[in-house]
Order: sequence, then structure tokens, then C-alpha cells
Amino acid sequence: MFKEYTRINNIIGDIIELEAQGVSYRELAAITNSNGDTSLAQVIKIEEDKVSLQVFAGAKGMSNRASVRFLGHPMQVPYSQDILGRIFSGSGEPIDGKPPIEGAQENEIGGPSVNPIKRIVPRNFIETRIPMIDIFNPLVESQKLPIFSTPGEPYNDLLARIALQAHADVVILGGIGLKFDEYIGFRRKFEEGGVMDRTVMFVHTAADPVVERLLVPDMALAVAEQFGIEGKRVLVLLTDMTAFADALKEISVAMEQVPSNLGYPGSLYSDLASRYEKAVDFEGAGSITILAVTTMPGGDVTHPVPDNTGYITEGQYYLNEGVINPFGSLSRLKQLVVGKVTRKDHGPVMNSMIRLYAKALESKKKISMGFEKTETDEKYLRYAELFESRFMDLKMDIPLNDALDLGWKTMAECFKQSEVGIKKDIIDAYWPK
Amino acid sequence: MIDSSSTIGHVVGINGNMIIVEIDEGSVVQNEVAFVTVDDMNLKSEVIKVVGKRCYLQVFEDTTGISVGMKVNFTGNMLAVEIGPGLLGGIYDGLQNPLGLLENKQGFFLQRGQYKDALSREKIWKFMPVAKVGDKLNAGEWLGEVEENFITHRILAPLGMHGRATVKEIVPEGDYKITDIIAKIEINGKIVPLTMFQEWPVKKAMKAYRERIYPEELLITKQRIVDSMFPVARGGTACIPGPFGAGKTVLQHLLSKYSSVDIVIVVACGERAGEVVELIHEFPEIKDPKTGGSLMDRTIIICNTSSMPVAAREASVYTGIALAEYYRQMGLDVLVLADSTSRWAQAMREMSGRLEEIPGEEAFPAYLESRIAGLYERAGLVTLHNGEKGAVTLIGTVSPAGGNFEEPVTQATLKVVGAFLGLSRKRSDERKFPAIDPLDSYSLYINQMEDSLNRDLDKDWTSMINRARDILKIGSEVGKMMTVVGEEGISLDDLILYLKSELLDFTYLQQNAFDDIDCAADVERQVSDFKLLFRALTSDFSFETKPDARTFFTALQDKFYQKNYYTTDSSEFSKLVGEIEESLASGGSHLV
Repeated sequence: MFKEYTRINNIIGDIIELEAQGVSYRELAAITNSNGDTSLAQVIKIEEDKVSLQVFAGAKGMSNRASVRFLGHPMQVPYSQDILGRIFSGSGEPIDGKPPIEGAQENEIGGPSVNPIKRIVPRNFIETRIPMIDIFNPLVESQKLPIFSTPGEPYNDLLARIALQAHADVVILGGIGLKFDEYIGFRRKFEEGGVMDRTVMFVHTAADPVVERLLVPDMALAVAEQFGIEGKRVLVLLTDMTAFADALKEISVAMEQVPSNLGYPGSLYSDLASRYEKAVDFEGAGSITILAVTTMPGGDVTHPVPDNTGYITEGQYYLNEGVINPFGSLSRLKQLVVGKVTRKDHGPVMNSMIRLYAKALESKKKISMGFEKTETDEKYLRYAELFESRFMDLKMDIPLNDALDLGWKTMAECFKQSEVGIKKDIIDAYWPK
Repeated sequence: MIDSSSTIGHVVGINGNMIIVEIDEGSVVQNEVAFVTVDDMNLKSEVIKVVGKRCYLQVFEDTTGISVGMKVNFTGNMLAVEIGPGLLGGIYDGLQNPLGLLENKQGFFLQRGQYKDALSREKIWKFMPVAKVGDKLNAGEWLGEVEENFITHRILAPLGMHGRATVKEIVPEGDYKITDIIAKIEINGKIVPLTMFQEWPVKKAMKAYRERIYPEELLITKQRIVDSMFPVARGGTACIPGPFGAGKTVLQHLLSKYSSVDIVIVVACGERAGEVVELIHEFPEIKDPKTGGSLMDRTIIICNTSSMPVAAREASVYTGIALAEYYRQMGLDVLVLADSTSRWAQAMREMSGRLEEIPGEEAFPAYLESRIAGLYERAGLVTLHNGEKGAVTLIGTVSPAGGNFEEPVTQATLKVVGAFLGLSRKRSDERKFPAIDPLDSYSLYINQMEDSLNRDLDKDWTSMINRARDILKIGSEVGKMMTVVGEEGISLDDLILYLKSELLDFTYLQQNAFDDIDCAADVERQVSDFKLLFRALTSDFSFETKPDARTFFTALQDKFYQKNYYTTDSSEFSKLVGEIEESLASGGSHLV
């Protein structure tokens, strides 16, 4: 069954090509290099007896006499209750110094999609105690949502903070191209925050082979899916998905595929979507919520990675200059909870405060250009200042209802009732007396 | 399941969802369906290129596990949909598999290689014959009818037949399954038995009608900015391009909910599953005022979401339009919402790349434009052979890369559609909904429908609308000028124009999708609201100072805005209208 091949014809990038029979698409192979190094590889193209494989550990130092043994199954990931608290590498090996998981069930990664009619409409609000999230773009259980960040912003801190405050049953971290320090940072925060014993980490660091990046989201999500089916509310953190997309680009270029935009393959949208779509609220079981980080090269949101991501995910949080930007940030699922699970005034407060802040920025701009300050401008300037200090500051750590009360207080300090554009019955009920 | 032609072949190559098959014996037809046997599963695929003895197939499923030498059975038939009673209320994947029937066997996940009949073979329908023995029928003419979810579903003579057929036998009124023989017709000397359902190749336009006619009637969507400013005609086409997060899908949902048509077909093509889930759960709960049934009763959902196989995504749009054409043959008014046509185009691009075709712009295939045009041209208003009219209106969303409308899919679409409802990132960031840009968008139908609009809505309708659009344009120019020269740099008259344009934008063009009353404005209300607003837009006001003007308009704007939240028969509404009239009469001197 496990026939061994020892003649590799071509080595191109991290892809090797050889002649082999009876191989199936996406099958896994174990490669042993002539110097004893081992790696797994996956079949990505077959043409008669010519088989192309991508080598997870990369083809650097690969001998054309390395041994290739096909394993008869696609990539799998172990799953059992013992997996909680454990840390694995990008190829699925334990890297926490503990022994491999015994007696685990092996699950194929990248499995089929959930039948849409087996999904339920998301309905649970996840309180993060960050007003820019809770009021303006609330996170909903089973949502898939990336943080769009310019490089250098504290996105991993934000991710860790949400993970600690969101009360998920299981947290799964998929680190893709993480700096070593960031990996240790997550580990420390999770240990200190007391969530490590319900966490599983798949960590690919920047020093690891590029191809292994491709596996991390699939492994993390395959494990999440198992916990979800068992009724657990799972939070998956993926950082940084731009590094994942870059790995896709490298492979597709090595495969001589026609690139569509900036070298990325035409399938980028589908490739990202098949991962993000694993976010789900199962009917009669648990859920998977995905929070990801997408760094925007050059801060450009029209770059293919954030752009395609934005079309796939249910909103995004823009992180720049140390704050979550109120414009552009979006939670597409907010209407499922706003005013339904949360207070009745939540919707009007959310919309009006943003609209007023947009106007305030116009006034600011006008004045910075040296124009005369009108009475209206004064109001808006005052409002902008309060909005920035009371809501946008990432240090703010308050429950939603307190934040809403603060919103009314802020509006009442700056405006008259007729200036905020809110339905009368809501004004009557909530306007501070 | 496999009704095989005699042709068989075997796999010689696999590249993603494309496989290369060598024919062992028999002939092959371009675009025919074939099945690859993997373990005990048969995976559906379609021939997309033939080169000598080899053909290239796109597989509609995940190709994991396929290996060289596996057997392929060809069917000789092109990819087709089943058409007949029982489609309404259905939730199908891109290949018309009923998702509800897949669930029992497969738990949470869609396992590959499972295909089910789109129409129930067991359900009993009360058939009423319409044609009589001896009648001569053209393709698609009515043989009889059944009641399907409050709609009279006509049973059609074979849509694919050439020439006229003579009815030889037809069953009396009674209960039948769709597989029962309900009539026999003679065509070209041959007797053909007919059932209540037939098949239609999805990629072929259905043309069993007398003629296409010029659409000049308004499709009422109950969205003010669409119906009043950028109307879509029944039987017309429109596109909604917009950057991500600008509200394309929310707008599509509103159109599917509130448009006054007989049937809505929603094609969720390569988009999020969650959006479909909302429709599936919401629609059965919403009452359709027209029929008394639920919205789901008049809806068909074709759902090939982004994580489902990409080849089936390409097919899904065709499946949707083919079903729409079928209902049009019954003299019905059908709306197709395709979300998103960019994902459909990308599916073509992925396959084109695997076929190693020479790429056009942004790696899209060179035939992108003709495919897009071919799709939109399947919409239209037609007169059937019996004189009845039927319409298919197609509204597609476009998801341009980077929100840039200069990209190939948007541009190719703009060439063929009648209305362009462009969503703007700026407006959505400012929480203006719908975020349709009132300056960039256009509708060719406003001229095309001029007579019917001025007859049905108001005799001055189109001239009032054009005037309002001018005010928006000037207002926006004044707004831009103010950012350069400040409020002190413009005249009081210009400021008033600016405030008028803001009033129009805030209280009429924007609409609160989440408010029970404001979410949908029927056309009578649009006319009366607009006429009142138009008085404000065209009134002469005299103010002492600019702050006076601002204060007056802020108050007036709030009244117009609050009014949207009340029904026209409520006392609050009358009170607000009274206050508005009073303010207008005062010419600006009176502050309410």
C-alpha cells in the first residue's frame, strides 16, 4: 500500500514533482530527505503519472533522491478532550514539550460546508466591554469578523483582550506568521487570564516554513468544528490572515497560475471564504465565532486581501492610530441583537452618535482650514472631544448599558432634542432629565 | 440517478476542481453532464472543453480523493433544471438540489455526491385542464393549471418542441402526481405523452413567447430613492455595485421583501450562508399582503454560498434565471435578485485559469462581457402566444474589487443594464441608508417610462423629480464650496439651496430599513410625501441671517423626518403635516 518513491523530477519553490501511480488528489505524503529531515506534503495536481506536491516544511535543502511515501488519506488533525490547554505547530506537532495526544480521533481538515438550513440565525450578543464595539458594532455569537489594522497597531492585544472578556467555552488560537514574542504574549495573557485550560493553540511563527501557514486556519477550524458539534461555544482567533494569503500567493505563483491582482490567485476570495464560512451557529448544538486579524499592507483597504476579506466577513473593525475607527467599522449582524437583545434605545443611540460625530469632523476640518467658528460648530467640537475621550479611547472598559447612558448624557450636554435625529418616543423615554 | 449515454471515460489528470478525462468509447457533447465515480460516490461534473480524445470537466464538488484511472460516465444531457409545480418556497443549491431533503441523511454538513429530485414525486396536485383535444399548441402554451401557493401554475406544452403540436388526449380535472401522464400530443406525426414537469437546460434562454416588448411600467420596490429617483421597469434590468459593507445585501433583501411582483427568485451566489439563513427564517413569518400567504410562498431561494464548490456557483445564476423564465411563461411577473454577479464572474475566472486560457483584464476571461450581456438579456417583458404578458426583472449586485467601479465586471454590467444604483462608501460610513449615491446613479427607465409615470403617479411627476435632482446637484456643489470657502464665503441663497438638498436627502432619499413603517413606502405615500417635500424645496424663504436659516431648516427637517415613522391615517402624522404646512406658509419667518 505505502509504496515509496525515491526519484523527484522537479523542485520548484516548495513544490516537488515526481512520477507515481495510484495517488489521489489532496492525498498526504511523508517525505524523508537524504539527510534524515522529515516533512509532510500534500498532492495539489495530478497529470497522468506526474504528481505535484507542496512540501509543508519547504523544499529548501531537498534532495531529488528524498523518499516520498504516500499515506492514503488527506491531512488530518487529532481531536479529543485532552487537546485543551495544548499548543501545536503549524504542521500539527505538539510544541509545548508534552507528549502527543493519545487515542485521539483523527479528523480531515477543510471538510465540507455546513448545510445552510442547518444554521440558525445568530442571536446572542457578546459583550466585550469596549464601547466602540459594544455600542457601535456589537459582536454576535457565530459572527466572522476581522480586525483591519495598519501594521504596528496593537491588534494582538485587542484580540487577546476580547478573548479574555468574551466568556467563550473554548478558545482556539491560530497563529499565522506570528512573531515569537507575540506568541509568548498570547500564551502569558491566556495563562494569567485563566483561559489557557480551555484553549488550543496552533502556532506558526514567522521563522517556520511558509507552506505550514496554509494549514493553520484549517486545523484550528477543524478542531473548532468538533467542539461546536459537541455543543461548545467556540471562539477562534486567526492572526494574521494576510500572512495566510501571502502563502497562497507563493504557492500559486510556483504553480504558474495566472495571477488576478497583485500576484494573488483568482481563487483568493473562495480560499478565504471557505475558511471564514466555518463560523456557524449549529441548530441544537454549539457555535463557532471567528475573530481574525488582517493587516493592511501600506494601510490600504483596497489591497486584495482586506478587500476580499471585507466582502466575505460580517463586518470589520478598523484599527488605526490606536483606536477603533467609527467609520468603516461595521458589524453586519448588529441588527440581530441591537434593540432586540439589548436596550430599545441602542439602535437610535448608535446611529445618531456616529452621524453627529461625522458632522463634528466636518466642522473640525472647516475650522482647521481657518474658517469662522459658528455656534453650531462650537457644539460639534465639544461633542467630538467628549466622544473621543468617552468612547473611542481603547482603555474604556464598561458594560454596554453604562456606555449607552453615557451616550445620552454626552448628546444632552451638547445638543437639543430636535438636533439629534431620534424618534420622539425614544427621546421621551431616555433623554436625561 | 445516472441516466447514462453509452459514453465512458477515465480520469487522467486532476487540477483543483477541474479534471481531465480520456474517452474510452462513444461520443462527447460540449457542456454535457458526466459523473466521476469516487469510492461509492458519483460526483456531478460538466464538460467544458474537448481536445481530441480528451475532455476537460469542471466538477461541481470537492475533488479530494479522485485519482487517475477512475471511471467517468457521460449522460449526453446538458445541465438542466426540473420545472413544474412545487418549486415555490423551495430552497435549492446551485444545481437545484433541495437543501431540505439533504439534511436528514447528512447531519450538519453537505456531503458530496448526493443529488435529489428538485420536485416532489409524491405530492398530489389538483390538475384542471385548459386545452382541449384537437387544440393546436405552440411550445410553452398552456395545457392546464394547478394551484401552487396562491398562484395559478400553468402546465406548459413542452418548451423545447419545434413547430405546433395537436392535443390528442387530456385527462379530466382531478388529483395527479407530477409523474402522471396528463396529456398526449402529436408532434411531427409522433405521439408524445406529457407529465406536469419537464427539464430545461439552464444555459439556454427560454423563448417560447410571441415577442419581447418595450418595458414602460414601474416596478414598485417601496424604496423611495429607487422608485422615485432611479426607477426600475417591470421586465428591466438594474445593477447594484458597491464596496463591501455598503449595504448591497440589505438592499437586496428589502427588494425581495417589498417589491410588488408575483414571484421572487433570490440567487445567493458565492455570498455568506448567514444571509440566506436570515431569509429562510424570516420569510415564512412575513405575510404577503397580496396573497395572504407568507413571503416564502412566493419565493424560491437558490443558495450556493461562498464555501460551496465554485463550479456550482457558476451554474447557480443560470438555474435562477431559468426558473424565472419558466414562471414568466405563465404570464407572471418575476423578480430575480442575483447576489453577487461578481462571484459568478470569479467562478468563470477560476475555471478559465485552470483551462489555461489567455486572460483578459484582471485575469477575467475574454468572454466575460458576452456572458454578462447574455445573462441580463434573458430578463424582459414578453407577450405570450395567448396574448398574456409576463416579465422577468433582473437586479444583480456587483462587488467591485477595492470598491472601484472601473473594474471589468462593473463596466461590462453597466453596458447592458437599464438602471445603475451605485452604492457609496462615504454614504454608508455616514449611516445613510440606502447608500445609493444620488448623484452618480442613473436610470434610463425614467425617460422610457415618462408617459406611464406622469399618468399613474402625478401629471408633473418626472419634471418634479428632475427638479429635485437639480437641487441635489446644486446643493452638493454648494456643500463642496463651503469646505473651501466656509459658510461665510457663500451667499444666503446658496445656503438655503444647500439646506434644501440636505432636507431632501435626509428625509426622503434615506429610509430606515429597521423601522416597521419607514422600511417600505407604498407608491401613493411616496407621491403625497414627495409633493409636500417638493413644496418645501421650491418655496421662497426669506431669512435675516444664516443661523436663522439653519435653525428653521433643522426644525423643518425634524418634522419631515418624524413624519416618516407614522402611518398617514395617524393623528401624529396629521399634526406634523399641519406644522410643516404652517412653517412653509410663513416663508421662514415662523419657527414651529
